[in-house]
Amino acid sequence: MVRVLPRRRRDRVVAAIVVVLLVAGLGVWFAVRAPAGFHTENRVITVRTGPHRDQPVPLDATLYVPDTTPAPAVLLAHGFGGTKASVAADAKELAGRGYVVLTWTAEGFGRSGGQIHLDSPDWEVNDASRLVDWLGHRPEVRRDGPDDPRVAAVGGSYGGALALLLAAADRRVDAIVPQITWHDLGGALFPESSGGAATDGVLKRAWLGALFADGLGGIAAADPGGPADPGGASGVRDVPGCGRFAAAVCAMYRQVVTTGRATPDALALLRRSSPAPVLDRIHAPTLLVQGLADTLFPLGEADANARGITHAPVRVAWFSGGHDGGTGSAADHDRVRFLTVQWLDHYLRGGAAPDDSFTYSRIIGYDRYDATVRTTAFSAPAYPGLAAGGTAVPLNGPPQRVANPPDGTPAAVSTMPGAGFAGISPATEIPGQAAAFQSARLGGAVDLSGAPTVRLRVAAPAGAVLFAKLYDVGPDGRQTLVAGQAAPVRVRSAGTVTVTLPGMVYRFPSGHRIRLVVDTADQAYAGPREPATYTVAVASALTVHTVAGAPLTDPAGIWYWVLLAVAVLLVLAVLGALVAARVRRRRRQRAVVAEHADTPLVVRGLRKTYRDGFVAVRGTDFTVHRGQVVGLLGPNGAGKTTSLRMLLGLIRPTAGEILVFGHRIAAGAPVLSRIGSLVEGPGFLPHLSGLDNLRLYWRATGRPADGARLDDVLAIADLGDAVHRRVRTYSHGMKQRLAIAQAMLGMPELLVLDEPTDGLDPPQIAEMRRVLQRYATDGRSVLVSSHLLAEVEQTCTHVVVMRRGELVAAGPVAEIVGDSPSVLVSVSDVDGAEPVLRNLSGITSVARADGGFVVELDGLPRRELVSALVSAGVGVDRVVPRRRLEDAFLALLERGES
Amino acid sequence: MTAVSTVDGSAAGYRAAATLRVGTEIRRQLTRRRTQLVLGFLVLLPVILFLAFRFGSDGNDTASQDQSGQFVTLAKSGAANFTVFTLFVSASFLLVVVVALFCGDTVASEASWGSLRYLLALPVPRSRLLGVKLVVGLLYSAVSLVLLTGVALAVGTAAFGWHPLRTVTGDSIPPGEAVLRIAGVVGYLAITLLVAAGLAFLLSVCTDAALGAVGGAVLLFIVSSILDQVTALGGLRALLPTHYQTAYTGLLTEPVQWDAMARGALSALVYAAVFLALAWWRFLRKDVTS
Repeated sequence: MVRVLPRRRRDRVVAAIVVVLLVAGLGVWFAVRAPAGFHTENRVITVRTGPHRDQPVPLDATLYVPDTTPAPAVLLAHGFGGTKASVAADAKELAGRGYVVLTWTAEGFGRSGGQIHLDSPDWEVNDASRLVDWLGHRPEVRRDGPDDPRVAAVGGSYGGALALLLAAADRRVDAIVPQITWHDLGGALFPESSGGAATDGVLKRAWLGALFADGLGGIAAADPGGPADPGGASGVRDVPGCGRFAAAVCAMYRQVVTTGRATPDALALLRRSSPAPVLDRIHAPTLLVQGLADTLFPLGEADANARGITHAPVRVAWFSGGHDGGTGSAADHDRVRFLTVQWLDHYLRGGAAPDDSFTYSRIIGYDRYDATVRTTAFSAPAYPGLAAGGTAVPLNGPPQRVANPPDGTPAAVSTMPGAGFAGISPATEIPGQAAAFQSARLGGAVDLSGAPTVRLRVAAPAGAVLFAKLYDVGPDGRQTLVAGQAAPVRVRSAGTVTVTLPGMVYRFPSGHRIRLVVDTADQAYAGPREPATYTVAVASALTVHTVAGAPLTDPAGIWYWVLLAVAVLLVLAVLGALVAARVRRRRRQRAVVAEHADTPLVVRGLRKTYRDGFVAVRGTDFTVHRGQVVGLLGPNGAGKTTSLRMLLGLIRPTAGEILVFGHRIAAGAPVLSRIGSLVEGPGFLPHLSGLDNLRLYWRATGRPADGARLDDVLAIADLGDAVHRRVRTYSHGMKQRLAIAQAMLGMPELLVLDEPTDGLDPPQIAEMRRVLQRYATDGRSVLVSSHLLAEVEQTCTHVVVMRRGELVAAGPVAEIVGDSPSVLVSVSDVDGAEPVLRNLSGITSVARADGGFVVELDGLPRRELVSALVSAGVGVDRVVPRRRLEDAFLALLERGES
Repeated sequence: MTAVSTVDGSAAGYRAAATLRVGTEIRRQLTRRRTQLVLGFLVLLPVILFLAFRFGSDGNDTASQDQSGQFVTLAKSGAANFTVFTLFVSASFLLVVVVALFCGDTVASEASWGSLRYLLALPVPRSRLLGVKLVVGLLYSAVSLVLLTGVALAVGTAAFGWHPLRTVTGDSIPPGEAVLRIAGVVGYLAITLLVAAGLAFLLSVCTDAALGAVGGAVLLFIVSSILDQVTALGGLRALLPTHYQTAYTGLLTEPVQWDAMARGALSALVYAAVFLALAWWRFLRKDVTS
């Protein structure tokens, strides 16, 4: 197929546009997450710290410097047991957004020196203050005044409390984002849920042990080279089992775990490490982020912090992660990141002001594939605290006697530190140790978002420790511990206590029940060791607090736009392709070679080279005129079928062209509708009858049904009643006849038949011969390829001979046959004729044959041969060209070989 | 003798845009035993499921906590849940096979019967042939999906009654809205199955073996599903064509979780577009030798 160059170029342009669009799409995809430029510096910053700021402690730090400076800075603090590497990903994210980020390993951890003082104002907070000094001297950091960098403190847990404490201690801090952290460390580690004294708190033993182990692991996890400098050594390192904990901290740990009770000394130490007493000194705008999957620092901690900060703007957000749940759902992770960046952008760079809205989320499922929870987020105009709106849910159940096991063994399981509860809740109960009170089936869903309260009446003469928990009981009786939380209560004697459970977000579905379980022992807590028996009863309905939140617009909203854009793009691309194809087709189809407009077929210089280099057809020319029946002859592999396939637009020629009525043939050229074809055997839908096949085939042309001449072609096929049977049941010959009939549907002007007599019996072959000869009247033409030479000779007016892809001869049959130099001479006197023949010149050979001779003429005209015989007195009965087409064919092929 | 009617030299009455109409192709495919068997089976499947629930032992099996387990437990709680369950068990494999069959077999089987060359010589323009074949393949796929859903709803209504849709998260969705949610699930499945359709169609124009096209598409789907289980691949899994296959469960929560479905639909559209573009590109340049 010859194409005009500009058209091909246009194809390439279209292809290029498609590629560019795809690349652009992918580019946008990746650009969203591609980090903007920044570089890092690893530093050991030695700070002078301690109560008198005279102890040098080297801190292992990394400074992330964005490409554009000076820029505001962020102090990014890590959690307990971590190092600066724990927050590297967040640091890169913030640096990518143009902040100078300083991360450092807190003292007592990793490669930093010093000891673990639990965010002591004298030590860790002092360290951070010195780092603010250090930032104040960095040229990359934007300054508010001499020694006063524009800086925010961000961190989770240990780092979160540090941010709060630092903001209280150092007015230079301009904003803080404390996450999943404590208000009063004593209260968090020794919770008491009925408003009892701090010394009555119940030790959260499992968590405290886990944290202490984290502190010890700081050394094991450190670089093999060990701490850069164990500065500020005080001999504690020699105490086995204390690791890098400061002496006071280690002693406190040993004391409280041994007794299971909080002493005033321990509480005092923990209080110094808490934001609680210094909240009113905080002037930095504070974004408090607390986790819903957090049995260590539940929502109440952030709630207390939010209420305590009175001199600065405070915003609160809850997310589905926490010390149990990690980063929570992907949507929550994005939301927290968005809130954090918005907070920093506003207070450090004067970006758009965040509103006061309070956002939170609820777990709605568990994504097995991503191994994360799925959440839906809600928003309320302002933070309402943990006691917003109240619904009373009556709980039923008689007073129950429960046993406290000796030494708290066996004990129920509420949570295991860090185990999470999203996937499978590990909660178990021990029969006889738990009292259960449950609601009626809920008529509608009950939304819990806050800290539920309930009054319990407890009879325990010697005092008791109880654990209150909420279960969601499904219609099938299966119960799920809500949020993995348990509320410990210490009861002094008989009486009524009001229990405030930890803050949770949960939906009790319609048809479920709410069950309050009061346990005597819990594996995560340290309870009394003496066996005892108590009586527990509910004295009130359960008050469920609910925030009136509206579902939040999905933060993944960008995907909707991308989806919409892609869908629109696809529709446009399809429409564009359709229009382009139509324009191109129309232009191509209208080109006519005028001189051949009335010639059924002109083949010029046709050539086909397959991709593997095989040349099937090498430069063929021939013409089929109206009224001709042209035979295409050639041995196997001569390129006949390939030529016919090119004629039908099935194969694209490598060179040359085929003109049908002056129109150049290409795939799907409309002029093909004037050709009927049978190529390489029949092809029918086996599940349809012969008649249906023909009907649907004609219907597929889209042409009027009356033009099909269906009855005529059915008569030619001569299938009788078999035409109603499925083609699957046909013999080869029947399919062949049906295929010829199909080719003749509509009586096309050019009929192309490939081996039409294949599978037919002799009478049918004879009939077919007549059909084809008849067909080529009225200006129709037929092109037949065949290997049955006699067939071609008897049927065709013209013949085209091919060999190995080359045209050997073409012309009228008579001409090609008549060229034969060999004649059969029948004579009356054989013996008399022989010497005459042998003496003639211009003869190659003479051989006797049945009743005469076969004479090979070499230039001698036949009439002279006859006159020579007659003048010698030999009677000539007949002189016929002996070789028929077959011989001519073979001779032509031989000539081609030599 | 037929008169030449148009400037493009075509026979009288021939118009490229009128060749192989969608209706004709539907008829050509409808009488196939394969088509009838598939559609019949999809009608039968909900009935089989119902019988399995009715006569299967209701033993106290260890209640599995994962999604499929929860769907099973809820399946008997009403027509809507039964339908959701039927779709849930069919979506990951059966429907993929059905769609791959309708879209993967369509061109390749014509090639193997030898009828493809006669259609092209009619001539049906190649683009049009692909377009009609794809439209009809998708049409049969859509009919299968709707048929399965419809029969499941009918069987479920007869067997378990018409109750609110209960979700694995414990919500109850009123029946009217439940029908909308199920329609949404069907719509999302239809979009994700476009990937299987596109892939099967691409293979269909590349091979003459119909089974190869169907099997190849299903095989690639299975491989993708297996890779999706390898959590070590991390974020790369989001690029797998089957990663968001179950995102329709977002419609079965309260409120609806759209984001994964948006990403899934995006991924499916992009994959399907790429596969189909390749199919067109290949077929328009192909030497048809079958």
